[in-house]
Amino acid sequence: MSPQINAPVLSVEALTKIDREIAKYPLDQKQSAVMAALIVAQDEKGWLAPETMDFIANYLGMPSVAVYEVATFYNMYNLQQTGRFKLTICTCLPCGLQGALAAADHLKKQLGIDFNETTADGQFTLKEGECMGACAMAPVVLVNNKRMCDYMSVEKLDALVAELRNSSPQKV
Amino acid sequence: MAMLNVEVDGRNVEVPHGATVMEAANKLGIFVPHFCYHKKLSIAANCRMCLVQVEKAAKPMPACATPATDGMKVWTHSDAAKTAQKGVMEFLLINHPLDCPICDQGGECQLQDLAVGYGGSTSRYDEPKRVVFHKNMGPLISAEEMSRCIHCTRCVRFGQEVAGVMELGMIGRGEHSEIVSFVGKSVDSELSGNMIDLCPVGALTSKPFRYSARTWELSRRKSISPHDSLGANLVVQIKQNKVMRVVPLENESLNECWISDRDRFSYEGLNSEQRLTKPMLKENGAWREVSWQLALEHVAKRLVEIKQAHGADTIGALISPLATLEEMYLAQKLMRGFGSDNIDFRLRQSDFAADGKRKGFPWLGMRIVDIGGLDRVLIVGSFLRKDHPLLAARFRIASKRTQDVNIIHVADDDLLLNVANKAIVPPQLLPEMLGQVIKAIAESRNLPVPSAVAGLEVEDAARRIAASLASGKLPGVFLGNLAEQHPRAGELNALAQMLAEMLGGRFGFLGQAANSTGGYVAQCLPMGQGLNAIKMLEAPRKAYLLFGLEPELDCHNPAQASKAIGMAEFVVSITSYRSTAADDADVILPLAPFTETSGTLINCEGVSQSFNGVVRPAGDARPGWKILRVLGNLLGIAGFDYDSSEAVRDEACGARNLLELLCNEVNGISLSLGEACENGLQRISDVPIYFSDPIVRRAEALQLTSDARQPKAWMSSAVAQSLGLAAGGKVKIVQSGTAVLEVGLDDRLPAQTVRVAAAHLSTSALGPMFGPITVEKA
Repeated sequence: MSPQINAPVLSVEALTKIDREIAKYPLDQKQSAVMAALIVAQDEKGWLAPETMDFIANYLGMPSVAVYEVATFYNMYNLQQTGRFKLTICTCLPCGLQGALAAADHLKKQLGIDFNETTADGQFTLKEGECMGACAMAPVVLVNNKRMCDYMSVEKLDALVAELRNSSPQKV
Repeated sequence: MAMLNVEVDGRNVEVPHGATVMEAANKLGIFVPHFCYHKKLSIAANCRMCLVQVEKAAKPMPACATPATDGMKVWTHSDAAKTAQKGVMEFLLINHPLDCPICDQGGECQLQDLAVGYGGSTSRYDEPKRVVFHKNMGPLISAEEMSRCIHCTRCVRFGQEVAGVMELGMIGRGEHSEIVSFVGKSVDSELSGNMIDLCPVGALTSKPFRYSARTWELSRRKSISPHDSLGANLVVQIKQNKVMRVVPLENESLNECWISDRDRFSYEGLNSEQRLTKPMLKENGAWREVSWQLALEHVAKRLVEIKQAHGADTIGALISPLATLEEMYLAQKLMRGFGSDNIDFRLRQSDFAADGKRKGFPWLGMRIVDIGGLDRVLIVGSFLRKDHPLLAARFRIASKRTQDVNIIHVADDDLLLNVANKAIVPPQLLPEMLGQVIKAIAESRNLPVPSAVAGLEVEDAARRIAASLASGKLPGVFLGNLAEQHPRAGELNALAQMLAEMLGGRFGFLGQAANSTGGYVAQCLPMGQGLNAIKMLEAPRKAYLLFGLEPELDCHNPAQASKAIGMAEFVVSITSYRSTAADDADVILPLAPFTETSGTLINCEGVSQSFNGVVRPAGDARPGWKILRVLGNLLGIAGFDYDSSEAVRDEACGARNLLELLCNEVNGISLSLGEACENGLQRISDVPIYFSDPIVRRAEALQLTSDARQPKAWMSSAVAQSLGLAAGGKVKIVQSGTAVLEVGLDDRLPAQTVRVAAAHLSTSALGPMFGPITVEKA
């Protein structure tokens, strides 16, 4: 009975982007845009809070729990807040055979955190990823879901961490 | 279309195109083990338990999702099939906890049963089992042991497909999958309890029933739900003379395999501490327990005294519409034998213009199973989901197919179905809106416009509804509870009739209560000069006989009811509960509720269903028909020597064919549409689902749900703004009485209305369910 009142959780720009995605599908199938909408929302917010998912559910006219299903199915959606940089390293079998596990251990040691943890300074979150389709270039590390780094030797890992740590706060 | 010939386990069977292997096997009576398959839900094929061997298929195929083809050969119990099924079972058991001894599902668990046939005696896995955290899904469903879940997704599909709202979902992936509700939300559907039945394991269990009995300790008895007009078939499960649990009894023509939460969990009210177990007599303002003999003799003596002093017509009887046919019949026989025609069961009705103008007993106008076949539907004045949860499910499923559902109502509540068109109007304009639809149809079909509606101006919403209705082949018009309780119910009836005639379709009433049609059959209403439910209270009687009701909650104008009953010289209340109303009585007699008496209920489609008592009456409570029989004898009225409730029923029904007497037609109701109506705020009343009758009001778990929240004064933000009110503030509502309520904002209400629930003590002082209302800051 209680009316649903939703203050816009996302900016006008984000909503414009979501509208563009919705326009790609038939009018009565707005929910087809749910994955794209979640990406837009995550780009803006950094992570998908329950109220963000609830907002998107209302925006697309679908049940909140259905959005939640999608958001939990894919591990590139962040359901918790992450550090400034989310480093995802693929540990699937082909990568694992080519040194990804050692690379992951090196990262853990360098950053002082385990998988699914964030450094105390809020700079880095380390995640275990699934196949990124770049098995030939193992080990691969994905930075904030957007930038893919391949052939990640110990040196390249250290350089990446140093580069990110020194980057200006705005630039990713 | 030609049928397909399929051979299953060496036996031939014909199935229609589109049938699955599972359906072919079921047709032969062959059981294929399964968990996720359910005949009323969509196919998921995710448990894999129903793998069978199919000729020329290299791999085993899931029977539930494999379409049958002509000439197909299937083996459901061959070595290959069994190996596959056993393999699946081994996988399902990898993570399933071995807690059957403390699991509520133990003994009625599909996984347990099938594991006996297909599982190994020991597991090859010694790794730790997966742990899934418990969830809080509200007061009805327990999800304390989600590690037991085998991810069949029946509960999820039930929500999407039948309940109309996806409240549960499966999050995560692979071995991390979990069934959850959305962060922090409870499951609020009025059909949610069916998920407990659907769950093939002990993941979702009944919270009120939890740990109270083992399935093999329970005896199962059939019964009929008294909570709505559907007459859902129930299996009441009892232990040591106590109702422990209620589950559905499958009846494809009524409740299918579902029941509403109200039907399922109301049993807690039967075991309430407020049950009245002894006849009680008020002497000098104090209650005293007395014997039945004494109580009934006192009642008879007082009734005779009042008759002698003031005449029999100063006695009135109000009968609950949940009462059985037998009880209603004996109550009217008693009243008439005593010389009074003042009897009524239509307690929430306010307009009796149709009385004496009806051609038959009002009913649904069609069989319930035919609802799905209608292609155009207009529902007028119904809180459909809450008043008729399972009829709503039928409309919901039909609306996903070819049915256009049009709504004329006073509140735009989410019905969780595909509504084609709707017109939301203030309650006093409900007949006008229906009139507009009639005019629009007459105009579009070049028919003469009936004079009663000629003066109306047709709005767009009415035109759209008219266009939808006129475009169908099988239209149906239904009047909901609000339309029956409406101050112009007679006009609504006549208008619906006019509309149905114009469309060449059916019209009917969804039915206010379990025995609303039965009340007419039993003639439990004034037949001559007697007073109806409203008049009996407007012109207070010297004595009242109250049967099964709480007048301060169950009447159209509870304030008036309390006042009239308070003023009466003598009041006898035959009731299952001690309530505040009983304090106005002089004698209260303990009445056995539906589980403790035999009786008959006639549902909205005119089907008469008799049931037996399933437990002995609590304390000294007695079946209503026996109480009335003895009272009839004590009053010296002839013909009260019945041996059984069946004898009463046979006399009540006589040799009549009930189905031929059902007719919604009324003649000679004067229509006065479009007359200037009152300005100012109008009250909208709903009867919230868990306040609807005395039993439900005492069902503890139901009272904890969101549907049983304290009533608020709901208004649109425009109304709130114009009055300077904000959500959460307190307001004083003034009608014929006053009430102080919290403000709630709901922009789906029409302008100039305030929605205040009926049937709750906090609002019963207000007055009638409809009419002008004023709101001021408290």
